[in-house]
Amino acid sequence: MGANETGIIGQSVRRKEDARFLTGAGQYTDDVTLPNQTHAYFLRSPHAHAKIRSIDTSKARTAPGVVAVYTGADLEGVNGLPCGWLITSVDGTAMKEPPHPVLAKGKVRYVGDHVALVVAETRSQAKDAAELIDVDYDVLPAVVNPVDALKPGAPQIHDEAPGNKCYTWSLGDKAAVDAAFAKAAHVTKLDLVNNRLIPNAIEPRAAVASYSRADEAYTLYVTSQNPHVERLLMTAFVLGLPEHKVRVIAPDVGGGFGSKIYLYAEETAMVWASKRVNRPIKWAAERSESFVSDAHGRDHVTHAELALDTDGKFLAMRVRTTAAMGAYLSTFASCIPTILYGTLLAGQYTTPAIHCEVTAVFTNTAPVDAYRGAGRPEATYVVERIVREAGVEMGIAQDEIRRRNFIRSFPYQTPVALSYDIGDYDQTLAGANELADVKGFPARKAEAAKRGKLRGLGYASYIEACGLAPSNVAGALGARAGLFEAGQVRVHPTGSVTVFTGSHSHGQGHETTFAQIVASKLGIPIDNVDIVHGDTGRVLFGMGTYGSRSLAVGGTAIVKALGKVVAKGKKIAAHLLEAAETDIEFEDGKFTVAGTDRSKTFGEIALTAYVPHNYPLDKLEPGLDETAFYDPTNFTYPAGTHICEVEIDPDTGVVRIASFSACDDFGNIINPMIVEGQVHGGLAQGIGQALLESCVYDADSGQLLTGSYMDYAMPRADDMPSFKVSTRVTPCTHNPLGAKGCGEAGAIGSPAALMNAVLDALAPLGVKHLDMPASPQRVWHAIQSAKAGA
Amino acid sequence: MYEVEYKQAKTVADAAALLAKTGGKPLAGGQSLIAAMKLRLAQPGTLVDLSGIADLHGIRREGDALVIGAMTRHAGIASSTEVKRAIPALAALAEGIGDRQVRNMGTIGGALANNDPAADWPAAVLALNATVVTGKRRLAAGDFFKGMYETALAADEIITAVSFPSPKKAAYVKFPNPASRFALVGVFVAQLADGSVRVAVTGAAPAVFRATGIEAALAKSFTADAAKAVKVDASGLNTDLHATAAYRAHLVSVMASRAVAACG
Amino acid sequence: MGIQIAMTVNGKAVDADVDPRTLLVDFLRINLGLTGTHVGCDTAQCGACTVHLNGRAIKACNVLAVQAQGAAIVTIEGLSPDGVLHPMQAAFKDCHGLQCGFCTPGMVMSALDLVERHPGADEATIREQLEGNLCRCTGYQNIVRAVQQGAAAMAK
Repeated sequence: MGANETGIIGQSVRRKEDARFLTGAGQYTDDVTLPNQTHAYFLRSPHAHAKIRSIDTSKARTAPGVVAVYTGADLEGVNGLPCGWLITSVDGTAMKEPPHPVLAKGKVRYVGDHVALVVAETRSQAKDAAELIDVDYDVLPAVVNPVDALKPGAPQIHDEAPGNKCYTWSLGDKAAVDAAFAKAAHVTKLDLVNNRLIPNAIEPRAAVASYSRADEAYTLYVTSQNPHVERLLMTAFVLGLPEHKVRVIAPDVGGGFGSKIYLYAEETAMVWASKRVNRPIKWAAERSESFVSDAHGRDHVTHAELALDTDGKFLAMRVRTTAAMGAYLSTFASCIPTILYGTLLAGQYTTPAIHCEVTAVFTNTAPVDAYRGAGRPEATYVVERIVREAGVEMGIAQDEIRRRNFIRSFPYQTPVALSYDIGDYDQTLAGANELADVKGFPARKAEAAKRGKLRGLGYASYIEACGLAPSNVAGALGARAGLFEAGQVRVHPTGSVTVFTGSHSHGQGHETTFAQIVASKLGIPIDNVDIVHGDTGRVLFGMGTYGSRSLAVGGTAIVKALGKVVAKGKKIAAHLLEAAETDIEFEDGKFTVAGTDRSKTFGEIALTAYVPHNYPLDKLEPGLDETAFYDPTNFTYPAGTHICEVEIDPDTGVVRIASFSACDDFGNIINPMIVEGQVHGGLAQGIGQALLESCVYDADSGQLLTGSYMDYAMPRADDMPSFKVSTRVTPCTHNPLGAKGCGEAGAIGSPAALMNAVLDALAPLGVKHLDMPASPQRVWHAIQSAKAGA
Repeated sequence: MYEVEYKQAKTVADAAALLAKTGGKPLAGGQSLIAAMKLRLAQPGTLVDLSGIADLHGIRREGDALVIGAMTRHAGIASSTEVKRAIPALAALAEGIGDRQVRNMGTIGGALANNDPAADWPAAVLALNATVVTGKRRLAAGDFFKGMYETALAADEIITAVSFPSPKKAAYVKFPNPASRFALVGVFVAQLADGSVRVAVTGAAPAVFRATGIEAALAKSFTADAAKAVKVDASGLNTDLHATAAYRAHLVSVMASRAVAACG
Repeated sequence: MGIQIAMTVNGKAVDADVDPRTLLVDFLRINLGLTGTHVGCDTAQCGACTVHLNGRAIKACNVLAVQAQGAAIVTIEGLSPDGVLHPMQAAFKDCHGLQCGFCTPGMVMSALDLVERHPGADEATIREQLEGNLCRCTGYQNIVRAVQQGAAAMAK
């Protein structure tokens, strides 16, 4: 950080936003009540796959309190929901993009698919009336597993996608990989399932849509991570509304984890309907609706092979993945198992040749899209699981096999398109080894054995590509949107500051972290800075928050705008101080003529900008309000090593996490407290995936079997250990903050670390393989099978 | 939730009359019933709230037995010095039901009347050979539980109390479902005053049942090893997402052995 | 059809005529505008709706408003009537025991009940006793620290 900043950067400043959350004064979408508001309820498909012969809404329309009932047939002129990323298949054809109707037309394709919208005076009345809608379904066979969906004779979900195939995409030099395998001393092979997850932000999705006839404008409050993108997609692609006549507000949002990035059918239908009923419409998902209708995550089936030489150096990797898309393409579904997955398969290693082939498949399930980490946890899971197996097979210690293959020279061009700018993987591995007290492990294992328990240790050295990313590169790869960020710094006449950012905070603490940056750069108290986000009516533009991009991209946009503020301030100061602009220095909130004690405070300059009595009006506009857009030149590459130690009770199969250590490199850190909190949360989600969570559909009926917290195992406080975390710093080389991003790291490294630990613990019993989650019954059955096989 | 009528009963007789008249359902703590109504899985028409019936609350000794009023909350049982002194296993069981908020509302009578296949109280009642007292009669534990969500209660019959005879030793150990935290398998082991051993299992089958094989083994040797050595027949046990019948059968022995160990 | 109910909420007497199927949480949020109490699930597991009923933490989404007849209810809005954070609220802020804030009101109300029932609880007990409150953001570690710190501050 430069010398002209106050010390507030790098401090664990307590969060500005907490006061409202702690006193019940937060304003979440379901807390918004508009005058004369009605309530929506969506009738959903009870079948995984069925033709709709007819829908009779007559009884519902006349039920008490009902204002209107709409079905797909009513939505004339409304387009389907778009997918924001075009993936091209290996044969050069575009991915299959079947229509994704807002309300079902002719067919339903998953349990929870939207069939009708009921608008009524109360939520209960809307729900009561929905039960009176008579839908005549012709139930069809369903397929929920992506591998099954590719089999000949599988139920055909979309006419537009023969064999249920959306695309087959590949990356890397296949010939080079084949050649390397041909001369390999050792080949490790592995089949893996990356279990489907349900995001489960604790705030269910919600929306309040309204229309004003007076100014022909819509307002939508919605649980969104990116309100401008939501507006753009909804107006330009689906409803054909003038963008400037739609204001999207994402107020306080209770967690997202990816699931609130997307444009969903519910709010789209409600915006459309709000004009027809000419009253505000409110909807909040019940949790059981969230389970069936939020975009899910992961759901990969993968075969991987790693070729090594006699020293355990990686020569090549081959990965073949089948990825479920669900019944329709969600907003960014197509880029997750490709752009954000295949490109990460180098991990932290110098593997010279990698080839990856991904087949994306439609299934009769909820759509699958980004969930915390999005593609990168799946890639890390493949790499770090197969590296473990290779180490075990070749008798090389787990840290050693990683060290032997680490990238140590930067920038480093991987064989899968990315160019890592900087990192120090030895440092984070050593840090994790230290945190985990790996030296003491054999003694702990022996002690546990005396108690009849099995101890295991597992490593994962992950890398992620964050700070999404250069728009031109994304565009070349198929993105249909930009990936920059916007920031605006508005200095008020009295010198206080309001910052408008296109990033959106739904737990990340931007109101504090960004304020720290502004206060530091301008030398003003943090209480004089407010951060505004989540409102297309107030913020100029924004791409929103996902992919650990807010600080690296959104923060940089603010830094650039701050630079413009300071530059203009220097011009004003030069005029007031009768000095050359080039002689003005700005430090600690003061504009000073270099080498003198003549100075003006930031407040004086701000006031002068708005009361320009003594001002260079011939050369400079009054006012102090600057905007910047920042489009990064590269991804950022956070990386680190996670080490998990587990203890397993062979009598019950229960896996207890004895310790979990994470040493991460996020580049420069603005607020260590917030960063640590992000790591904790990410770890809990990754551990949740590996230990507890699994979304299961019935293979025959396509019904969601894990449709509530009764059956979907959410991590609770006593499932989690106290994490041991630390950081090392190699600053990002291509943004002025040197920041890389920290939001997803925990969820990326932890599943492989945990599963590797479980397999290490079970190895003495002869257990060779286990898929996530390592639930008690799976572990117990694996032990029994190993015993039976021995 | 569907529309519902709500009535407050002042006495047990009053409640019975209201239930007979309306065909409704009694409302105790409501922790299962209201949850089911919210999901529209239950539609009682009328709720008869029992919380105002003073007779149904409280814990007392009656000779050698511990009598717990049907509307006593789980939290009240868990923290009761009377219960901790007489049958500490019951206090411990109550402390493990649901979560703290649910324990603050849920009642022993409501839980028994609901007879959820994974509920904890049925295991205690069956293992301790307790008597379920209703407004009309006294039912032995063995006669009370009929099957999944089924009991011997008539539609207008209300549990008023449960009378637990003090055992020599007793303990309950539960293996929680990783998602719901209900019992995947819960085993209540009791050595009764007459020396007989009763082992009741919840969570594993459509309804609470006695593990007679383990009872026989423990009658010979009341040790953890004896319980663990019994191979429980998996036929008739539940298979679901969280556990196969074979795994449940195995857990019955393991939990029984841990319960014996906890008996001290 | 409607039923007349009366109770005190955050020390203030309130009464209303409600549909018997009205949940306590909806009565608080919709009738009284106390939107600090949240709804995060429909199976009474997440605990975002936790309030105090006669001094005990309960899940307001799983209790009918009519069941609170005559009761004293305290919600998150009642903890700091004079604008000064309650020691437990202050501890959550100081320990970074919240991120998105959605589970937070229920978590704080639950924590107060926890401290009351289990004075001097250690980390393991606190983790166990938080079974009825889900948080997806924090990984719970800072919540556990906040409960410990809040309890210590309250004991002073």
